[in-house]
Amino acid sequence: MSANGKPETRWPAIRFTVNDETRSVNVPPMKRLLDVLREDLHLTGTKEGCGEGECGSCSVRMNGELVNSCLVPVLQAEGAKIQTVEGLALDGNLHPLQAAFLHYGGAQCGICTPGMLMASAQLLADSPHPSDAEIREGLAGNLCRCTGFMRIFQSVAAAAAAQDAEPVKILEQTHHAR
Amino acid sequence: MRGNAEMHELVAPGTLGAVLDLLAAEPGEWTPIAGGTELMVAFSAGRLNARKLVNLWGIPDLRAIEVTPQSVAIGAAATFLDLRKHAVINAELPMLAKAASWIGSIANQSRATLGGNLVNGSPAADSSPALLAYDAEIETISVRGRRKVPYSRFHTGYKRNVLAHDELIYAIHLPRRFARHREYLRKVGTRRAMAIAKVALGATALLDHGVIREIRLGAASLAPYPIRLRQTEAALLGQAFTREVVLAARRALLAEVQPIDDIRSTAEYRRRVAVNLLEEFLLELRQERLRP
Repeated sequence: MSANGKPETRWPAIRFTVNDETRSVNVPPMKRLLDVLREDLHLTGTKEGCGEGECGSCSVRMNGELVNSCLVPVLQAEGAKIQTVEGLALDGNLHPLQAAFLHYGGAQCGICTPGMLMASAQLLADSPHPSDAEIREGLAGNLCRCTGFMRIFQSVAAAAAAQDAEPVKILEQTHHAR
Repeated sequence: MRGNAEMHELVAPGTLGAVLDLLAAEPGEWTPIAGGTELMVAFSAGRLNARKLVNLWGIPDLRAIEVTPQSVAIGAAATFLDLRKHAVINAELPMLAKAASWIGSIANQSRATLGGNLVNGSPAADSSPALLAYDAEIETISVRGRRKVPYSRFHTGYKRNVLAHDELIYAIHLPRRFARHREYLRKVGTRRAMAIAKVALGATALLDHGVIREIRLGAASLAPYPIRLRQTEAALLGQAFTREVVLAARRALLAEVQPIDDIRSTAEYRRRVAVNLLEEFLLELRQERLRP
């Protein structure tokens, strides 16, 4: 039975992988990926802020691209590879971005942090040596009301530099089939 | 009021042909959805009227960008990040790459599609001024076949367009003949990222010994839908850059636009900014001509 008490078989299965694990959900196809992650898969690291694609709190990576999971009907995730903030750490070690956010005070209240981390992971995947302008553009869709952004930018720059010192694999995802 | 996913049907026929068959079988019943950056916002807020939606995301034919010697054909479901990453678009149609960078944020550009931007029909659409200035053509598709319409005639009113109930945009065609043209594209909004345009102007012009031989002006947020400024173009065509010509062009622009007061700006501010953008473009043109 699903959370609302209706039989799960009512909806056909939608399959995708989340952080390299195969998942299958029986939910309405229009259900937002954000809600499927949080309610059906109990991955509550992904946060809801505005619910309209303006704030970036719900950012996840889908097929190697950054998306606002509040704007993805889950049917469109069929067959996709999803990476959430829960998938950033490797073998129990913090991802360099997470370590840098911790060290440089890039996180305060924490609501924007998972989205900031995923947007930053996308940025480093696309551009391993981002300029300050590229960092600002990469995070322009992620709003933070605590830090004033400077410590976040500093954290991302530090993580990029740390990657150079000791290469760390970011979970790479294949590009969407054209 | 939150949207309820159980109240909306969403189907994914998987191929373009199957989508077109569905649209033809029940014309007007189905609302196509691609990247969802418009419809899912309405859904989340509980104000999505469409009850039956058909998925276009992931249909490869609709996301291709094909380059021929004459034109660049952009699949309707190509995303704005696809446009920004495309070598020929960056090299030959740089205003389109720039406009693509204006769309929301990276997470919006990875999902929002060029066809979606046009079908949504916002008067402030970011891609429209560049497409109008580049003389784009829209290719539509249905089970009845394909047809082409100039983009300047695609919009017919506020959020209205020439598409029939069973038709989709298939591709947006851009001619590859602007290498010698001067270009101008500027958006005025509240902040660099995420903001919707208060006013935007795109332009291409071809000069011959200081005389304007060809000119296209595309504008956003100055009318119920994105428009070519044809009266302003007429005031400039065949003219040289005298003060009188610039003043006549400013007058023509003010006479043909119909901006409104809304949450983002006022009609008066939009008029002032629009004529200033036009004059900035004309000054740039004159300065380039004077350059040795």
